[in-house]
Formats: sequence, C-alpha cells, structure tokens
Amino acid sequence: MESIIHGRIYKFGDNINSDVIIPGRYLIYIDAERLSQHAFEVLGDSFPAKLRNYQILVAGRNFGCGSAREQASTAIRGLGINAVVASSFSRTFYRNAINDGLPIFECPNLHSAVEEGDDLRIDLAQSLIFHRDHEYSFPRLPDSVRGILETGGLAAYLKAQLVCSPKP
Amino acid sequence: MSGAEIHMGLTIAQKVLAAKAGLSSAVPGEIVEAYPDLVMSHTATWRSVSVMNKIGATKLFDPERLAIVLDHISPAKSEKNAADQQVSRNFAKKYGVRKFYDVDSGIAHLVLMEAGHVAPGDLIVGTDSHCTIYGSLGALGTGIGYTEVTSVWITGKLWMKVPESIKIVLDGRYASGVYSKDLMLYLIGKLGADGCNYKSVELYGSSVSDLSVSERMTIANLAMEMGVKCAFIPPDERTREYLKARLEDPARYRPVYADPDARYENEITVDISQLEPMVACPHEVENTKPIGEVAGTRIDQAFLGSCANAKYEDLVTAAKILKGHHIHPDVRLIITPGSKKIMLEAMNSGVLQTLIESGGLVTNPGCGACAGDGGMLADGEVCLSTANRNFLGRMGSNKAQIYLSSPATLAASAIHGVISDPREFHTT
Repeated sequence: MESIIHGRIYKFGDNINSDVIIPGRYLIYIDAERLSQHAFEVLGDSFPAKLRNYQILVAGRNFGCGSAREQASTAIRGLGINAVVASSFSRTFYRNAINDGLPIFECPNLHSAVEEGDDLRIDLAQSLIFHRDHEYSFPRLPDSVRGILETGGLAAYLKAQLVCSPKP
Repeated sequence: MSGAEIHMGLTIAQKVLAAKAGLSSAVPGEIVEAYPDLVMSHTATWRSVSVMNKIGATKLFDPERLAIVLDHISPAKSEKNAADQQVSRNFAKKYGVRKFYDVDSGIAHLVLMEAGHVAPGDLIVGTDSHCTIYGSLGALGTGIGYTEVTSVWITGKLWMKVPESIKIVLDGRYASGVYSKDLMLYLIGKLGADGCNYKSVELYGSSVSDLSVSERMTIANLAMEMGVKCAFIPPDERTREYLKARLEDPARYRPVYADPDARYENEITVDISQLEPMVACPHEVENTKPIGEVAGTRIDQAFLGSCANAKYEDLVTAAKILKGHHIHPDVRLIITPGSKKIMLEAMNSGVLQTLIESGGLVTNPGCGACAGDGGMLADGEVCLSTANRNFLGRMGSNKAQIYLSSPATLAASAIHGVISDPREFHTT
C-alpha cells in the first residue's frame, strides 16, 4: 500500500448500497476488471466509464450498506479507484474493503467540504487528508487489522501466513 | 476504581464474543479473535473455494463447523451457475462437509435453523448480511465476505470488534392486520438505514414473549436494514420449544442472557399497539410510510418470498386473505416458499392450493426474485415484495420500482391490483 494516495475525487451522497455499487446479476464474476464494467451502472449507463476519470471516492454516511457482497469493493478497485473516504461505512463493506485490499478512511467532516473533481491527498503515515487549504484527520486502523490491508488483502495475508507457518 | 466498574454487567454480544474468544469478559470497542461455531456459505461458496485454491490451502480447521446451502440461484440457470455449483458440491464431498444442502433445500438461514444447526449463544458468520436472523434464537449471527469465509474455514477464527448495544423494549400487542414486518419497517424508517450501524440490538418487553419464533425471525432479519452487526431476542419457552425437536444434541441449548446491570448505549421503547401496516417505498428501506399514504399505488407484480417473510406462517397469513378471492388480472403473484420443509407443510395443509387457486405462481424454494433469480421486472414496472430490500435495480430493470410490505398487505394488494390496507380483510 502506498503511503500517499493522491487523486481527483468523485462525490456520492448517503446510503450508497452495495446493490447500486454492483448489481446482484454480476455476482457470478469475481474478477475486478470485469466487475468494474458494471460498477454503479444502475445510476446510469455512462457511470462505469465516467468513474475511471477519478481516483478517490468521497461519500456520505453508511457507504456500502445492504448486501455483504465482497464484489462491491472489488468492483470499485477495478475502476482504478485507490481509496474511499466516507463519513461512515456499513460494517460489512468496511470489513470487505480491508479484506479486499481497498484503502478506506472514515472522515465525517470531509464530505460537505469537497466538490467533484477536487484534488485530495491522503497521508497514511500522518493519518491526515489534505484538501485545498484544510487538513482532516482520520482514525488509524487497529494494528491487528492494518497488517491485512498493508499486505494487499486477506488472501495475500493468509498466503503469507501459510508459507511462514511450519507444516503440522 | 469503584466496585461497580470492576463488576460491570455484560450484554449478550459481549458475553458471546468473550466466550468464543476464550476470554472472561470483553468491552465494547475491543477487538477479539473469535472462533465461530458455524460458518455458512451459500451460492458464494465457489468463490471461497477459489480463494482457497489461490492461496494453496488444503486443510480445514474443522469441517463440522462448515455449512453450505445453494440457495441464491437454484436450480442453475446457466452453464456458469452449474459449474459454480459443481465446485461447491465437489468441495463439500472432498472435505467431508456434512452440513451441505443442495438446490432443493431453500434459503440458507431458514434451512440451518430448521435443521437444528443454530443454538442460543452460538457465534455464526456467513456470506450473507441477513445472518442477523440467527438472533431470533439467541445466537450472534453476522455477515462477512467470501474471502473472509475462506479464512475462517482455514484458521477457524476471525477478528471481531465488540459492539455497543442498544435495547429496544416492545410494549403492547399488534392490532389486527399488523405484523413484525410493519414494526421493523416503522423502526427502520424512524432510526434510518444506519441507525444501529455496528451495534448489537437486544429486544425485550412483554410483546416479545407473545411473538412466535417466525415473527422473531422477521425482526432479527430486518434489523440488518438498520445496519446492526447482530440482533438478539433472548431465548424463552418458545425458543426452547422450537429447538427441542430440532437440536441434534439437546445439551446445545445453553441460553445466554445479558446481566441486569449491562450497559446500553441507548434504550428505545415502542408501543406496538399503535402501529399500522407500513410500506417501504423505492429505493431505500428507510423510506417507509404508513399504508394510508401509499394505498392506491398500481402494482404489476407481487412477490411473496425471502428470508424475511416466506416462512410457513407468512404463507398462511397470505392464504387466509386470498382464500375465496382471485388476484387482479393485471398482477403476477409469485410465491417462493422459504424452504422445502415450509413448502411441504404448506402443501399438506392446503395453503399451497389456496395460493395457486387465487392465481399465484408457486416456484421452488430458495431466494428467488429477492436476489433477482426469476421474477425480474421490466422498465416502468412496480413490484410489491415481502423481501427485505427495495434497492434500485435489485429485481431487474433500473427503471422499475420495488415496495416492501408484510405478507398480509401483499395479499390484499394482489387482489386489488393496487397497494391496499389488509385490515379490510381482518374481521376481528
């Protein structure tokens, strides 16, 4: 995981549910690129292509609510999105994003301050987000969980552990 | 430090998570490594198998803790589905997963509870957000993704944050024509889709002890739509009775209760006798309205199904209203029983016959139209559904609309062809 994430933002509102992020009919796929072709398409056919022009999503409350589908996170990654910053996340999306290696940040004050197309810089070492002249702090992930995200997700983390652990 | 702080009472979630992590206590906010009693995977099983193959793991922590139910797309409707299901079947055989239920069985949650795999105090995780339903029997159920399921298969454990708890006290009795679905739509509308995000909810009150296990399942299922991590209805005589005939090992009946001095972040009291039938309007479950404000809305399809409301009692409620009536000629009524056992019971009691004679189409048990498997909607169509989600595009066209209601409201509406108050069919 990069220590600085930088990019243009696309802005969503509150309660963006995982059916909107990736409709159930595409859950037959797990490949990030393939899923991303349908990400947010219920909001309009042009959405998947349009979102490729942005690198960071900023959302309001309860991002990723609804279904526990892990592909919601995978589809966002497939769009080339490097981070999601939301006022709050649903717990299933929060877990899935970490396990899927998608960096997420909870920052309740950012949403109302940003506009679509703004530049954002996220500094992981300092736990700070820089926007225009302002900086916003976000809580650090618990150490026990950070390792998973930093290894690139739970599958990679497990694989690393399997390699390290002695054969029974 | 005062004695009260040392002997702080524990909520049900604190007790279950502490026990499964091998600790004597756990405080909200603490992250524990917990060992679930059961890890459920449904149609997503093949994805977890693919992760297992990718990382090169070949050993399960304990095959007895796995349950696999093929429910979301049943039977297979494409070669891809068929191949994915084949992967799941072969995996279950290879690793000796005894709790394997194929496409004939029904919705995972209902199947596992019917089969006696869910006991009070259990910790159950699974590839489905509506795992919260296990709280209807006093178990801690919560949803996780498919990669995490693989991780639990292999390591037997996962990290879990101990949640804060909210107490909801229900007083009174439902008026005629009002059900737990209406209560939950009311609560979701009042508290919002994230009203209980990451929280554990415990339900108390004289009303709760009056409620059937089926109605409790609807409550714990819909609690997910307020964002809960888990929801509990503390076990009582009804719970014990339900499980008596089902638990393989009666010694597994070990209810977990909160301490009298347990700490709750919030307490909410609802007089359920004041509730009216409620409807969730497109495209969010929190967008709820009393029936009077939406009555008259034209519908094209009525779907009686899902883990929220396709239990035997739900089919009976709908059949009582539909008996002697025929549905409106412009409405398709799709009935998808929650499980094979429910379907058999409804067949033997004549309920299925009533539903079919009234113009209903009865499908095989499973998730069906709720998850977009059959019963898809065209542009501009309107569906009234007893399921738990009305999100944009969930049942087909992105230009369709989904409303949610109780089985009673659904039956009354199917007869009239417009969203209708079920109380006209209740004579008491």
